[in-house]
Amino acid sequence: MLNARSLSRSFGRLKAVDDVSLSIAQGGITGLIGPNGAGKTTLFNLLAGSLQPDSGEILFQNRPIQQKTPDWRFRHGIARTFQIARPFPNMSVLENVLLAAPAQTGEAFWNGWFRQGRIGAEERRNQDRAHEILEFTTLGRLAHEPAASLSGGQRKLLELARILMTDPKLILLDEPAAGVNPALVETLCEKILALNARGITFLLIEHNMDLIMRLCRPIHVMAQGKMIFEGDGAAVRSDPRVIDAYLGDVM
Amino acid sequence: MTAYLIFFFTVVGIYAIAVIGLNLQWGFTGLFNAGVVGFLAIGGYTFAILTGPPRADFFGGFSMPFMVGIAGAIIASMFGALLLGLATLKLREDYLAITTFGIAITIQLAALNSDWLTGGNLGLHGIPRPLQDLFESNAAYGVFYLGLVAVTLGIVYWGVEAIVRSPWGRVLKAIREDEVAAQSLGKNVLRYRLEALMLGAGLMGLSGALYVGFIAYISPFDFMPIVTFQIWTMLILGGSGNNRGAILGALVVWAIWSGSGALVANMLPPVWQARGGALQSVLIGLLLVLTLLYRPRGLIGEETTISRHVTGTTGAGLTKKKETKA
Ligand SMILES: Nc1ncnc2c1ncn2[C@@H]1O[C@H](COP(=O)(O)OP(=O)(O)OP(=O)(O)O)[C@@H](O)[C@H]1O
Ligand SMILES: [Mg+2]
Repeated sequence: MLNARSLSRSFGRLKAVDDVSLSIAQGGITGLIGPNGAGKTTLFNLLAGSLQPDSGEILFQNRPIQQKTPDWRFRHGIARTFQIARPFPNMSVLENVLLAAPAQTGEAFWNGWFRQGRIGAEERRNQDRAHEILEFTTLGRLAHEPAASLSGGQRKLLELARILMTDPKLILLDEPAAGVNPALVETLCEKILALNARGITFLLIEHNMDLIMRLCRPIHVMAQGKMIFEGDGAAVRSDPRVIDAYLGDVM
Repeated sequence: MTAYLIFFFTVVGIYAIAVIGLNLQWGFTGLFNAGVVGFLAIGGYTFAILTGPPRADFFGGFSMPFMVGIAGAIIASMFGALLLGLATLKLREDYLAITTFGIAITIQLAALNSDWLTGGNLGLHGIPRPLQDLFESNAAYGVFYLGLVAVTLGIVYWGVEAIVRSPWGRVLKAIREDEVAAQSLGKNVLRYRLEALMLGAGLMGLSGALYVGFIAYISPFDFMPIVTFQIWTMLILGGSGNNRGAILGALVVWAIWSGSGALVANMLPPVWQARGGALQSVLIGLLLVLTLLYRPRGLIGEETTISRHVTGTTGAGLTKKKETKA
């Protein structure tokens, strides 16, 4: 469903993403691993549109999208979370989530004057949905707290909650389990599988190899801006290049 | 005394409309408009030219009805904001501040030097006040105009509250807090910024027009940078991000400004009077600094819950917490 061809992006002399091609199959959970600074997040930013590639092409459902803005990509089904969570700190947790609801009547200001009734009905429906999602991400209790008061792990969960307000086709998760406690990682794992069963495609960056091995097929490995390997869990584990660049002797 | 109070509240009401406009731009959207007075001037001059009496050798003086003048003022300011926004909103944030500041000064200088359009430093006189013929005394007319301003302020307050306490206002705040995150959640940041800039500017234009309608006269010296400074202080002191705070701020700051003006006029020997004006500015600056230091959220801070449709709020959230700490 998503095809990236020969993407490159440099920062000064550093080639953060260097001629990377990546193809994500519809309905799968694709993993992306690699050492710190490999260029994984930069690749995400290129796919989500918050960075422009220096060269290369991105096709989403066979349509070139590298010129499109991040908001356009979100509205057309590509949702992403940030490695370092970006909550809206002075808004309540609930409204952080409500914000992401698609096609809201009340987002056109004139409707605030002329269509209060409809906005109200829509907001009530969205609130019910947001509360469900907050329960699902274990943030229900905190709905009316300002997002600034959330802990690091809770912020990561809020990132996930926000994008679940839409029905994305492809979700890009940048280290969703980082800083989340083990029991919750377990829940997160189930949630991802449940969402995937509903037809949502995932691309997942993680350093938690246990999570990667359980969820992802295939797994892509990046190092120093290049894609060095692609294969399933067993192949990744035994490939000498991957062991050398990333896994070391731990596995 | 009553006459003075009526005058006082009329001016407060006119300022409050501009402060609500700035609140839309800064309080909700984080747009740093350093040239508020420029939009007041666009509104004021548009109104004066549209409604003023015709005059020889001058452009304008179209003697149009009051409401046409008001509408023209709002539209002209919004159009100015549209051009400005398209030119600067895609650039880094500070460009808006620099540009608005520069343009406000340019407008003032242009007004000073364009005799054919603005009457230059003499200004435009004899601008008709709406329905003046119906009132026998100036006092009665003052009450009427205060009523007019109050009703307008009421409509503005209601109109702005309706849209900021809705999903639109929520997007504005999200953009203010984290533009990148807002964009990643599907919001067209430029569109919302432009809307907030234009609506805010429209209110500033309205405020300028009401001011000119009130004093029946317009001159470039009404649009000095100090006015921008006053309006900013009103917003910050009252509580950025809260429209009731904006109105309260207009009241408090104008009371301090005119109170200190009266003190200067009565207490200082005549030779010092000219410098007394500078003293007023220093006082306003001091007020701004003290607010920022000791009560950064202003007299009435903003609320965590934005949408009026969100139910079951447990507390005032951030406002409460911050206040107990302060
Ligand atoms: N905005 C930027 N400006 C300059 N350099 C950058 C920028 N973003 C990333 N880099 C550099 O690009 C390289 C790749 O960074 P990236 O964030 O993509 O790594 P990563 O694979 O996500 O690592 P991690 O696992 O630590 O998150 C790094 O060397 C980083 O310093
Ligand atoms: Mg990263």
